[in-house]
Amino acid sequence: MKSSKNIDVKKIRKDFPILNRIVNGQKLVYFDNAATSQTPQTVIDSITSYYSSYNSNIHRGVHSLSQEATNEYEKSRIKFQKHLNADNSYEIIFTSGTTHAINLVANGFKKILNKGDEIIISQLEHHSNIVPWQMLCEETGAIIKVIPINDNGELIIKEYEKLLNIKTKIVFVNHVSNALGLINPVKEIIEKAHIFNAAVLIDGAQATPHMQIDVKKLDVDFYVTSTHKICGPTGVGVLYGKEKWLNKIPPYFGGGEMIEKVTLHKSTYSGLPNKFEAGTPNISGVIASGIGLDYINNIGLDNIANYENQLLNYATDKLLEIENMKIYGISKNKTSVISFNISNIHPYDIGTILDKLGIAVRTGHHCAQPIMDYFNIPGTVRASFSFYNTKKEIDYFIDSLNKAVSMLS
Amino acid sequence: MNISQIQEELIDEFAMFDNWMDRYQYMIELGKSLPIINKKFKTDDFLIKGCQSKVWVQADIKDNKILFKADSDAIISKGIIAILIRVYSGHSADEIINANSEFIDKIGLKENLSPNRANGLSSMIKQLKLYALAFKTKQNNE
Repeated sequence: MKSSKNIDVKKIRKDFPILNRIVNGQKLVYFDNAATSQTPQTVIDSITSYYSSYNSNIHRGVHSLSQEATNEYEKSRIKFQKHLNADNSYEIIFTSGTTHAINLVANGFKKILNKGDEIIISQLEHHSNIVPWQMLCEETGAIIKVIPINDNGELIIKEYEKLLNIKTKIVFVNHVSNALGLINPVKEIIEKAHIFNAAVLIDGAQATPHMQIDVKKLDVDFYVTSTHKICGPTGVGVLYGKEKWLNKIPPYFGGGEMIEKVTLHKSTYSGLPNKFEAGTPNISGVIASGIGLDYINNIGLDNIANYENQLLNYATDKLLEIENMKIYGISKNKTSVISFNISNIHPYDIGTILDKLGIAVRTGHHCAQPIMDYFNIPGTVRASFSFYNTKKEIDYFIDSLNKAVSMLS
Repeated sequence: MNISQIQEELIDEFAMFDNWMDRYQYMIELGKSLPIINKKFKTDDFLIKGCQSKVWVQADIKDNKILFKADSDAIISKGIIAILIRVYSGHSADEIINANSEFIDKIGLKENLSPNRANGLSSMIKQLKLYALAFKTKQNNE
């Protein structure tokens, strides 16, 4: 890891207007960053600036506004290409989010899969990651195999190796699990899948906010993420796909922009990336996502990771001082996410009291029911920290948790 | 006491507290006195839809009065259903169907609940009234 610098949190917090909000009479403490990150002023300004000075449809217009908008939109694509270290900018496809991107790839495999082919997913997956593959299997007769987890919430790689064979066509795992925050050994997973010529799709939604991703180093076939978790607006996803794979799979939507030639009998698709970006995309969102990415890169992902790790360790130590605390997902390879329960208090009850005290955490199954079933719990309380959070906020969170526990037990 | 008298009584009880924490604490206490349903009814058939936590409700009729029992895996939801049962249980189907639920606003319950929980609360009231309606229909058919 590169050497990291301390970040100036006080200064950073000034960039996020929402952090001054009062919720239920208390100053907001936002610990739901794994669900969505907050938005810096530069990103908000970018959206305003788009609508107040160059709002127009891209790619088609000959007029100046359309060209300006097209330029800014394509600039954003190049930012993501560079950020992910992709070979070509047309290997970056903008979608409406991670879920859309996953569906796009899953749908593309309809043409590739035959009856009896196998898809490998993991027990750590988000619902949105499981459903498209189930639908794909119903249509193609392919079969889903699941990589199990151990009691620490880690994928059992030995079991994964056993599942791989020549019938495996695609492997799909998340880089970091959204419910537990564990970092999966994706490089190893990709290498092993490639022995059998299986494609690998990695869901990076929980990874991109916390670490530098290099798709070339990973040699990953498809990598997807949502920009609202990296300081961008909601409604924009990024799909990286290797050129050879993106050429192999058919478009997901039909519509304008993705067509080269249309006759009443047959249409030919245009090239990458337009083939996958039918219709008018979320132009302001894509442009603002690029600004969000700039914001993150100005601070530096190494610096962010280093600081978030300090918050994670600080909070973990403090939480473990609370009696009957159970933290799910114990590992050194973890992002700043803590999923926990306290004795048998329902996570929803804890979340309700914390909300009354101005603290935003996530409660429930985090769209990852299979993990909750594994641990035999209705859900957890999940606190997730970002680079604009502070140790002082964690202290307040711990005090509030103690208050909640005394009320609820 | 009839339903509106019980509602008034609850409004008076909650008026004693001047902050949300004490109101929650009291609601949790009320949850502890809830007539718990038999374990065999804690199945999906008796679950109230629209709650994030699990809330089971079961109803019986005795001398033309409907008796509710309930349980929940979350302590705050248990408090909420306990309040509702105190109001609606032990009355005739017609009384339950025609009862209004303004007391919820008056005791400051709704404003202190998250939108999810407020939806859950509405689902609970709806479910109790549906039970009453079902008993009424059954009686009319007999």
